[in-house]
Amino acid sequence: MCPKLSNLEHRSKLLADLRHFFSQRNFLEVETPLLSSEVIPEQHIEPLVVHSQYLQASPELHMKRLLAAGMTSIYQVTRSFRGHEQGTLHAPEFTIVEWYRVGDDMQAGITLLDELCQSLLDTRPATRTSYSESFSRHVGICPHTSTVSTLIDRARALRIEIPANMPQHDRDEWLNLLLATQVEPNLGIKGPEILFDYPASQAALAKIAPRKDGIQVARRFELYWRGVELANGYDELTDAAELQNRLENVNEKRVADDRPALSLPKSLLQAMERGLPACSGCALGFDRLAMLALGKKSIAEVMP
Amino acid sequence: MSSYSTNEFRKGLKIQIDGVPFQIIEMNFRKPGKGASLYECKMKNLIRGTVTDKTYRAGQSLEAADVEEFTAQFLYRQGTDYVFMKNDDYEQYELTNEQVGDVGKFIKEGLDCQLMIYNNNPIAVTAPNHVILQVEYCEPATKGNTATNVSKPVKMETGAEILAPAFINIGDWLRVDTRTAEYIERSKKPE
Repeated sequence: MCPKLSNLEHRSKLLADLRHFFSQRNFLEVETPLLSSEVIPEQHIEPLVVHSQYLQASPELHMKRLLAAGMTSIYQVTRSFRGHEQGTLHAPEFTIVEWYRVGDDMQAGITLLDELCQSLLDTRPATRTSYSESFSRHVGICPHTSTVSTLIDRARALRIEIPANMPQHDRDEWLNLLLATQVEPNLGIKGPEILFDYPASQAALAKIAPRKDGIQVARRFELYWRGVELANGYDELTDAAELQNRLENVNEKRVADDRPALSLPKSLLQAMERGLPACSGCALGFDRLAMLALGKKSIAEVMP
Repeated sequence: MSSYSTNEFRKGLKIQIDGVPFQIIEMNFRKPGKGASLYECKMKNLIRGTVTDKTYRAGQSLEAADVEEFTAQFLYRQGTDYVFMKNDDYEQYELTNEQVGDVGKFIKEGLDCQLMIYNNNPIAVTAPNHVILQVEYCEPATKGNTATNVSKPVKMETGAEILAPAFINIGDWLRVDTRTAEYIERSKKPE
């Protein structure tokens, strides 16, 4: 079923505003392959395969090749593909906006995301909340120091419906369950909210650095509005050897979860060995942004 | 026995848990950016009719339930049991009073109903949403009172007691909603 044409017109206007925002800041719009022999392995994302090649789950791999080759401020609006994701906020094919700016650290990355959000959605400045503040507020535990058994006890005490196949020794799985059920629905209710300083074990492709109190955290941030996750950004990891370690670790977890290991993205690792400049990058779900901007409940209402 | 993995979950799917058939009547897909997919389901117990919440994580699977639904005619009551006949092949099925539930108060011999069977055993029956039944007993209609907002209890030929407007008389034919046990309108005698 086709959504209301007025919704699509509104979406088109948002897209024009978005391009204007980046062009004002001298970002270059780029296009990178959707179909590629390489993919960045992720524990919980299933890439779609076409003729033995991967449809990209995000343009990250190829955009980082461009950064390593010397581009400095780039953005892209493109379709991305993730298997088995279907719901009011998910579709296997969706529109992602992704950008990188060389020289930015996490704070600069957060500020740019906040500016984009204010400019497109006409919202007030985002509240900045650390991951650990949000957990102490909504779950009542410290996400960095709690043991897995503390997390499990907390999930039980909060009467969360616990899936039967939860890995019993994986802290991150329990943190994600608590995040999804207890924290996320309460984020960004009064206005956009940006979560930052994720557990080091959930760094994905972000740098890990110590907080003031010495606890190691991931320089990763996420934007929420009205309980909906809108964007995910990093102070980007630039160390190729560290990336290889992390991706091997991802593959071990995939195998433990009965899913196939994926071969490592050699072109990205090689580009990073040559040198990826310090930068911050961010990816935003454009369908969700349009959905929220129009006050809708499902991305299907704003997707052609 | 076939089974469904989480990524095949969808509304309407019939599955079994510990030998009890359930139907997914609502499903919410939830996935934090870097976390595992969660499938928050409302599951209807097809035997008891109760609804429970269950959350599944990507990678789980559930056994399919061998549930079939078809049209069957209500033949007659036998003690506290109800006997139905499948319209296709004249196969007969007996349901207990408990299995038939409130539906029993609205069905007459010869009425086409929807029967649900699980592993070839009948588990539930649903009547058409609307049936036309005759009033067996009620207080006489108050003269001149045609207001529809004044209700009185009325006993139907099948045993159901419903509230109907004051102008209804014994012997009238009424259209009744079997889901809510509510009076809809006065009707002609069915052909």
